[in-house]
Amino acid sequence: MTQVQGPPPGTTLVEDAPPTESGGGRRRRDPAPRTKMPPGRWFREIGWRHLVGVLAVVWALFPVSYLVSASLNPLGNVVTSTMIPRSFSLDNFTQLIDEQPFGTWYRNSIIVCVCVVFVQLLFSTFAAYAFSRFRFKGRRGGLLALLLIQMFPQFLAAVALYLMFTEIGEVIPAIGLDTLPGYILMMCGGSLGQVWLIKGFFDSIPMSLDEAAMIDGASHVQVFFRIILPLLRPILAICGLLVFVGVMGEFLMASIFLRDEGNKTLATGLYGLIDADRSNNLGVFAAGSIMTAIPVVLLFLYLQKFIVGGITAGGVKG
Amino acid sequence: MADLQTSEPSTSSSTDPGPRRPRFTQPGRDGVPALLVKVLFLGVVVGTAIALTPALVGNGSWFFLGAIWVVAAILVATYATGRALPAKYLVPGTLMLALFVVYPIALTAKTSFTNYGDGTRNDKQTTVDQIVGSSVTRSADSPQYNLTVATDGDPASGPFTYFLVPQDDPETVYEGTPDGLEDAPDGVTLDNGRVTAVDGYTILNIKQISAASDDLDEIAVPTDDDTFIVRDGTSEAFEGAPTLVYDEDADTITDTTSDTVYSVAKQGDREYFVDGDGTRISDQSWTANVGLRNYERIATDAQIRTDFAKIFIWNVIFATVSVIGTFLLGLLFAITLNDPRVRGQKIYRALLILPYAIPGFISLLLWSSFYNRDFGLINDLTGLDVNWFGGATTAKIAVLITNLWMGFPYMFLVSTGALQAIPEDLREAATIDGAGGFAGFRRITFPLLLVTVAPLLVATFAFNFNNFGAIYLLTGGGPFTPENPTAGGTDILISYLYRLAFGAGGVQIGFASAVSVVLFVITGVMAALQFRATRSLEDVN
Repeated sequence: MTQVQGPPPGTTLVEDAPPTESGGGRRRRDPAPRTKMPPGRWFREIGWRHLVGVLAVVWALFPVSYLVSASLNPLGNVVTSTMIPRSFSLDNFTQLIDEQPFGTWYRNSIIVCVCVVFVQLLFSTFAAYAFSRFRFKGRRGGLLALLLIQMFPQFLAAVALYLMFTEIGEVIPAIGLDTLPGYILMMCGGSLGQVWLIKGFFDSIPMSLDEAAMIDGASHVQVFFRIILPLLRPILAICGLLVFVGVMGEFLMASIFLRDEGNKTLATGLYGLIDADRSNNLGVFAAGSIMTAIPVVLLFLYLQKFIVGGITAGGVKG
Repeated sequence: MADLQTSEPSTSSSTDPGPRRPRFTQPGRDGVPALLVKVLFLGVVVGTAIALTPALVGNGSWFFLGAIWVVAAILVATYATGRALPAKYLVPGTLMLALFVVYPIALTAKTSFTNYGDGTRNDKQTTVDQIVGSSVTRSADSPQYNLTVATDGDPASGPFTYFLVPQDDPETVYEGTPDGLEDAPDGVTLDNGRVTAVDGYTILNIKQISAASDDLDEIAVPTDDDTFIVRDGTSEAFEGAPTLVYDEDADTITDTTSDTVYSVAKQGDREYFVDGDGTRISDQSWTANVGLRNYERIATDAQIRTDFAKIFIWNVIFATVSVIGTFLLGLLFAITLNDPRVRGQKIYRALLILPYAIPGFISLLLWSSFYNRDFGLINDLTGLDVNWFGGATTAKIAVLITNLWMGFPYMFLVSTGALQAIPEDLREAATIDGAGGFAGFRRITFPLLLVTVAPLLVATFAFNFNNFGAIYLLTGGGPFTPENPTAGGTDILISYLYRLAFGAGGVQIGFASAVSVVLFVITGVMAALQFRATRSLEDVN
């Protein structure tokens, strides 16, 4: 969105930041010599930061800790669940996998997430390339229109979408209501969701790269796929992650669209579990949540070095 | 670069259409493989459009037929020629947006001027057919048929097709739908005077037939001699004449047994066929345009008017506090950990982002269990005995606390990134000029940071303003008071109005659509005002 003076974050990534660096390729200053500092000054300047940091971590993690503890609690109800795990049993996990179609939910969620992430990244990157590299009529209007349209949740048009897919299903049953492809198609309506973010990153890649390639005789397609796309890896990682988490947790439209037991996603399946008995199914729900969250969390940790710098490089999250 | 007019328009913000390119893509520029891919892709597009056309014509889906061909034409026009470079990159996503976001919004607006909903789901002709068809009675010489119910869709919802074998002629098969009767359909397996399998159709078993009985009761297959075939139990059907006759010119239905004439009359916002005393022949009505009535109802309904103001204020508070709260908390953590001398920065960051990595519905359901009065984590940890979801105020506080936890990691990320975009020398210069510490932050860092994050804050506000999920999964909109069971203590507009539209009065889709449109407008106006206030879009480059 609006570029701040100075190098936008993420630029340094383009210059092959060593992967060990944190904070999106930030230039590290030499740490001040720690030994020279008297304790009073150390606390004033650095120590209090640790204090706030620890408080922040406690605030961020206490629900997570409870979730883990509830999933390991063999009784699996609200009454006996505590914040710190007191018992260790995998009953809830086995119960979930044996008695519920958890594998099916998982498979459906992964299929939906992978398809939607792929389409959204591809189409958003295309559009961002056009917005960043070309000048054409309606460019600014288009960008602003995108921003506004994305403010409205698809849920507001849920009824219309429902009717629409009912009619589509009469002609092409494979992509109608209550089918995964239909649901994926509907979710692809947001396939320009990441344009702003990626465009911001594009703007930080010097045009001279494109031009040099053009002089060497590359067509714009080759420039896009061979020169630019590799440089976009960090921002694509972040956007992919944002979309992935969003689609994984998409509950409303899924509950309207996917009724059949075999079509449920993790979101609707797990919701059905806990909604049936909010206090006694907590353990099984927690177990499912843990298994849902683990891949996402690992991805997050793995991509963390990109995230901090990248998310504001584009300035707007879709 | 001026003499290098080969492909790219210059990036100066001129609106010239760029250099002239040859009309058709030349293999020399894109290479043969790229050209092949292009031809293949366009072939598939046009092929799909051609393949779908008969089905769409058969189904009468004229709109979709038009849409598919328009899409195909746009794709061909964009990719078959060498011009309009930006369009080549913009078209795929824009098409998706138009089909699955913009068009549904337009459809919502259109539906908002009708009374579509429970009891008015069909057009008038279908409703009349159903009313007439339901009056079919058996006469002494009624032909009996062996009936097989089948569907080429979903066994629960249809569409259903009857395969009929006359009992006095077990070698003949008819295929019957509400649209009419067809002789000798293809792909039918006859066994002992009964259809047992049809290619491309699922035969319903008895259990499925009884599950779909309401839909099947409405099916009356018209024959050529003004009689109808209706089902008679699960495996037979009979042909009979209706006792009701519809007169198209007079727009009346006459009961031939009692000579009562039913004509169209409006009751409420729906039209019914009623006799002279106003007694309805059937509770079925049909979709009709009601103009602005749905909007009038939102504006003038006494119940909505009293609730609306209260809920709107809470809605704005909810969105505002959520945005400001998460932003301040995220910013505080970001500033605290932004000092490179802090050891373990990476670990702190990883842990603080964790809540963001957990899908939202999980967090919300988990938090809703935290507020359980007797066993919830919150009361356990704090030693309080608060009935969180029992009172409107405490429930509101609970919703805000939860949303604070849900949203702060994103703001932490955003602030961290934005802080790093502020050049170090600016802060150093400020310190030298005597604006160190908090003053420097207030005058230099914060304003610069705000420029970057303002649009994000507006987007977050808009998101929270319609955050149906958060309310629905946490409190369900409650707590409700006995005197007002429709407006709960934590309801925001979207959850409240959807309860009205899909609640006790049956599904009122027309009204729900009007509600959606109103929410669109409110959200859009608010976002526009905020953008104007932050001036953040002025230098979109």
